[in-house]
Amino acid sequence: MTSFPASAIVAEAIFGGFVALTVAGALLAALATRILRSVCGLAVCSLGLAGLYTFLHSPFLGLMQILIYIGAVCVTIVFAIMLAETEESAGRESRRRRLAWGGTALAVSGCVFWGVARLGWDGVRAAPASRATDGSVGAIGVSLLTTHGLAFELISLVLLVAILGALLVARTGRH
Amino acid sequence: MTALPFHDQPRVYFLVAAFLLAVGIFGLIRRRTLVGMLIGGELMMAGASLNVMVWNRFTAPDPAVGQVLVLFLMGLAAAEVAILLSIIIAVYRNYRSIKAGVLDEMKG
Repeated sequence: MTSFPASAIVAEAIFGGFVALTVAGALLAALATRILRSVCGLAVCSLGLAGLYTFLHSPFLGLMQILIYIGAVCVTIVFAIMLAETEESAGRESRRRRLAWGGTALAVSGCVFWGVARLGWDGVRAAPASRATDGSVGAIGVSLLTTHGLAFELISLVLLVAILGALLVARTGRH
Repeated sequence: MTALPFHDQPRVYFLVAAFLLAVGIFGLIRRRTLVGMLIGGELMMAGASLNVMVWNRFTAPDPAVGQVLVLFLMGLAAAEVAILLSIIIAVYRNYRSIKAGVLDEMKG
């Protein structure tokens, strides 16, 4: 135990803050009417997730989450928004249709949430008898270069093909 | 179980992951533009990553495996975003709109 008396409460408060950030960001991303606010919601959600990863004993992944999601994914989406007209105008859709789609989406996502949450809540989980590694950055690096070497190379190939494909697709139809 | 602090209970994380998945599905169904649907898909990927990390933290014999898996997931999500955004740009160039309802013809 640590000597600082309120450290447990402080840790709980920080954890609650990260959970709230994640939930609020996800809600903002799904419900905002302007698409730029939705992207900001995704960024806030990623920030909260990075905190949750840190609480799950992997601060390296938290940093990667910030770097990749906020630094790369959100910025790229903002670029696409600037290049294309993305405002969702609700005027053309009739009110009944909008309500029907919203109800369908709410029902489907509610069912999924209920089912998955129940699975997670009731599942039997046994802690492992012993840990092979400590899960540090060094252990990740060693396993990337030994056990998961082939997957590492394949993922770099996927990224290369994705970049080339993106360039090719965005180039067609250009005058 | 109740004596543990919240950040050492897997249930809290599972609830958050399920919530992210559900919100992503909601956004995917509800949004009318391609960018909005892409954001919904990203939320679902984030929920899946969080789920993998929870299993990795609480039950995996080797904690490095789950982290490597989530790193690969992030790489795949980035590649997916790159491809999808280029498709969105191409669609906008042809239709002058990226609403999903406008895309009603195919040519190949």
